[in-house]
Amino acid sequence: MINLTINGKEYPVEAPAGMPLLWVIREQCELTGTKFGCGIAQCGACTVHVDGQPIRSCITPASSVEGKNITTIEGIAPDENTLHIVQQAWIEEQTPQCGYCQSGQIMSAVALLNENPTPSDEEIEQAMSGNICRCGMYGRIKSAIKRASAALQASTSNPLLP
Amino acid sequence: MKKWTRRAFIGTGILASGALVIGVAIRPGNRSSKVAGLIAEEGETVMNIWLKISPDNTVTAIIPHAEMGQGVHTTLAMMLADEMDADWSKVKFMEAPADKEYANYVVAKGFIAGDKTFPKFLEGTIDGVFLTAVKSMNFQITGGSASVRFTGQQGMRIAGAAAKAMLLQAAADTWKVPVEELKAEKSTISHPASNQTATFAELAQAAAKVKAPKQPRLKTPEEFTLMGTSQPRLDIPAKVTGTAKFGMDVILPNMKYATIKAAPVFGAKVKTVDTSIPSDSEGILKVLNLENAVAVVADGFWQAKSAINRLNIEFESTENDGKSQDDILNGYQMAMDKALEEGSIEEHFRSGDVLNALSEAETIVEAEYQLPFLAHATMEPMNCTAWVHDGKCEIWCGSQNPLGAKAAVAELLDISPDQVTVHNQLLGGGFGRRSETDVIKQAVAIAKEVDYPVKLIWSREEDTQHDVYREATISRMKAGLDESGNPVAYSHQFLFKHHPPEAADLPYSVPNQLIQFTSPNSFVPWGNWRSVDHSVHGFLTESFIDELAFAAKKDPLAFRKSLTQDKPRFQKVLDLIQEKSDWNSPLPTNWGRGIAIAQSFGSIVAEVAEVEVNVEGKVKVHRVVCVADAGFAIHPDGFKAQMESGIIYGLAAAMSGEITIENGAVAQSNFHDYQVTRMSEAPKIETHIINSGNPPGGAGEPSTPVIAPAVTNAIFNATGARIRQLPISKTDLRVSIQQAT
Ligand code: FES
Ligand code: FES
Repeated sequence: MINLTINGKEYPVEAPAGMPLLWVIREQCELTGTKFGCGIAQCGACTVHVDGQPIRSCITPASSVEGKNITTIEGIAPDENTLHIVQQAWIEEQTPQCGYCQSGQIMSAVALLNENPTPSDEEIEQAMSGNICRCGMYGRIKSAIKRASAALQASTSNPLLP
Repeated sequence: MKKWTRRAFIGTGILASGALVIGVAIRPGNRSSKVAGLIAEEGETVMNIWLKISPDNTVTAIIPHAEMGQGVHTTLAMMLADEMDADWSKVKFMEAPADKEYANYVVAKGFIAGDKTFPKFLEGTIDGVFLTAVKSMNFQITGGSASVRFTGQQGMRIAGAAAKAMLLQAAADTWKVPVEELKAEKSTISHPASNQTATFAELAQAAAKVKAPKQPRLKTPEEFTLMGTSQPRLDIPAKVTGTAKFGMDVILPNMKYATIKAAPVFGAKVKTVDTSIPSDSEGILKVLNLENAVAVVADGFWQAKSAINRLNIEFESTENDGKSQDDILNGYQMAMDKALEEGSIEEHFRSGDVLNALSEAETIVEAEYQLPFLAHATMEPMNCTAWVHDGKCEIWCGSQNPLGAKAAVAELLDISPDQVTVHNQLLGGGFGRRSETDVIKQAVAIAKEVDYPVKLIWSREEDTQHDVYREATISRMKAGLDESGNPVAYSHQFLFKHHPPEAADLPYSVPNQLIQFTSPNSFVPWGNWRSVDHSVHGFLTESFIDELAFAAKKDPLAFRKSLTQDKPRFQKVLDLIQEKSDWNSPLPTNWGRGIAIAQSFGSIVAEVAEVEVNVEGKVKVHRVVCVADAGFAIHPDGFKAQMESGIIYGLAAAMSGEITIENGAVAQSNFHDYQVTRMSEAPKIETHIINSGNPPGGAGEPSTPVIAPAVTNAIFNATGARIRQLPISKTDLRVSIQQAT
C-alpha cells in the first residue's frame, strides 16, 4: 500500500513494485486525463507534475513519488468554474485536434511557463519537443503558449500555479 | 451510371432505404420510431433522424460520423443549424448510435455520383458483409474526407431546411396566415404582420405532423449565417481539461485489462504457450491462446504487459520467416518485369500513342521511384473494451466504422447485429487505421472467455508492428519532350491500385499517355493511410513533373501552369501560391524552394516548401505555404487546421517515415525508431483558402499528398540532388550540398 497525493487529494493505492505512476493514475485513481502514448518516455502524452516538475509518468515508478505533490491535467484549473490561463489560451487558439496529446502538451506548457514566463520561440521548441502531436498542431500549440505568456504578463491576480 | 440528383434523393432514395428520413414524424409503425427510441428523451420531438428539438428549444444535430479531430461534429451541426435558422448558442450535437438507420447512405451516394465507382475500401472495412452501393447502404464510415461533402451537403443541410419548412408550415396552420409572411430566425418563427412569435420547441409537435417537403429550398451562399464562419469547436473545451473520453478512457464496473503479444511474422500462428496462470506474476487472471496472438487478462494493463513479456511463447514458422525488405522490393521489380513481359500489366489510362511519341521525342526523361511502408501511428494506441453478457455484446471504442464493427462482432459471436451495441468514443487519431475491425474482434474474442468487461490495450510496440500499412512500392516513369520542352509522351508503370481510382491520373495535358499497373502479392497487410493512393501518386507525379520542368529548362511553377490551361481552378491556385509564397524572391544560400499541386477528395491543394540543407546534409523545412481551393470552406479555421495537420503528417512520413521488414516482421517498434515530426522540426505553415463556388471539398486528406514532393523538389532546388526514394533521411545530401555551394 502506498499513499499518493494527487491534485491535493490522498489516494491510498495497491501498486505492485515497479508499477509506473501512469497506470496507477489512470486505472486506480481513475483520472483518465493523463494519457498513454508510448510507454518509453518518447511522446509526452503521460506528462504530469511532481512537485512542480514535469515528468513522464509512464516510466516513473509510483512508489518513487510517494509523499510528493503530483498534479495532473485535472488539477491545474484554479477552481471548477475557472480554467487555467494555459487551458484558456488553448481554447482561444482552437489548438486541439483529436485532443489525445493535449493533456500532456498543456502540462509541459504549464511547466515551461512556470520556469520561464516569457519564452522565446526556440525555448518553446526546446521545452515542447518531447511532446508528440500526431495531428500536427505544433503551430497552434506554439501560438497558444505565446498567448498564455502574454495573458500572464497582463494579469496580476491570476497566478499560473493552481 | 445515372447522375444522382437531390430530387431523386429526397423522393425515392430515402424512402426506399429508410436511411435518411426527412421530416417524418414519430408514429407507430413508422421506421423512424426505432430511431426515436435511440435518440429521444422525455418531451423531445424528433423531426427527422438528423435532428431533434427539446422542450427548452435546444436543437440537437445527430451526427453519423466519428470525431477524430476534424471538427466534424461542429461543422455538420453548423450546416444543419444554418439551413434551419436555429440559434447557434442553443445547438447541441450527439453522435448517432451505430444503427443501420444511420447507415451512411449519403456517403455511398456521394461516391456513386459523378460516375465514380463504389470504392473498394468501403466494402473491405465491413468484414464478412459484402456490400454493393445499391443493395445495402450499411455504412456509417468516417473517411474519404466525406463528412462535409456528402453527409453535410446532402444530409444535414437538407434535414435542416426540411425541418424549417415544416416548422414554418406548422406556424402558418396554427396562426392561419400565409406561410410566405413568416420569418424564421434564431430558433423562433414569427409573423411580423400580426406580431405573433413561437419558438421551434412550441411548434415542434405540430411540425412533426406536417408532411415533409419533397425538395426543401436550400440557402444560397449569400444567405448563409453560419456556413463560412469559424465557430469555436464544440469538442474543444473537454479536450483541454482532460475530461474528453477516448476509447482508452472507458471505465466500467468490474472491468479488467488485457494486452496481447501477436505473432511477429505476419500470418504466423502460436505453436506453444503455457496458458496456466504464471506463479511469478501478480494480478493475472487469464492467459489465452488466440491462435495468431497470446492475450493476458489482469487487474491492470501494466500487470498484463509485464506478465506477457515473461511468457514463453513459441510461434510456428511460415514461408515469410526469412523475408527482408530487399526480398520484397526485388520481388516487386520481378513482378513488374514479368507483367510487362507477359503483357499482363493492367491499363489505368491510355491516350494517343506513347511508344511512337517517345521515339520521336527530342528529350527522354526516365526515372524510377521507390516508397516505403508506412504505419499510421495514431497518438492513441489501439484499444477496445468489450463485454459479452446475456447473449449480447457491448463494445466501447473509437471507430471510424461503427457499423462495420457491429457486423464483425455479430459474425464472430454468431449473434444478430441487433444484439451488438457499439458505444463509440472519441478517436485519438484515425488516419484510416480506425476503419479496421481487427482490434475490436480481438477484444471480443478475449471478452467471450470471461464474464466481466475487458479493456484490451495494445502497447505502442504492437501498434507499430501490427498495423495495416501504406504499401511500399516502386514506380517506373518515362516521358518525352519536344524541341521546345513540351511534354509529348508520358508513361508510368506503378504497383497496386486501391482507391480513389483517379489517384494515378496525370493532371497535366500531355497528348500521349500510357499509365499501367500490376498488383504483386504482398504478405504485409495493407490499409487506408491518410489520403490512400494519393499519398503515393502525389509524390510520384509531382516529383516527375518537376524533373520534366528541369529537363525543359522551365520554371517549375510556370511549367505546371502551362500544362493546366484547361483547368481554371488549378490556374487560380497556382497564381495565388506564386504570390503568397513570394515564388520569385531570392533565398539564402543552401536554401531551396519547391512546389507541388494535386487534386484529391474534391479539393485542389498546392504547397510551396522552403527548405535549408546544411553542410552536414541535414534538411530543415522552414516554411510551407499552402493554397487550397476548398470549393467552399464551411468552417474556414477548421479547414486550415486540417491542412496544417495533413502537412505535418505527410512531412513526418517524407522526412523519416519508414517501416521495414526483417525476418518477415516489422523492424520498428516505437517512436524512437519510427520517428515522427516534433515541434522543433515543424515548419511555419501559412494556409490560404479559395472559395471557388464549387461544392465543398474534403479537408482531412488533401494536404498530405503534396508535402513530400514540395519538400523534395525544394531539396533539388537547393542541392541539385533529386530524391527518388522516400524517406528523405535515406539520402546522404552532404556531397550534393557541398557541390552546390
Ligand atoms: S506515454 Fe509516457 S512519454 Fe509516451
Ligand atoms: S491533437 Fe491529436 S495528437 Fe495532438
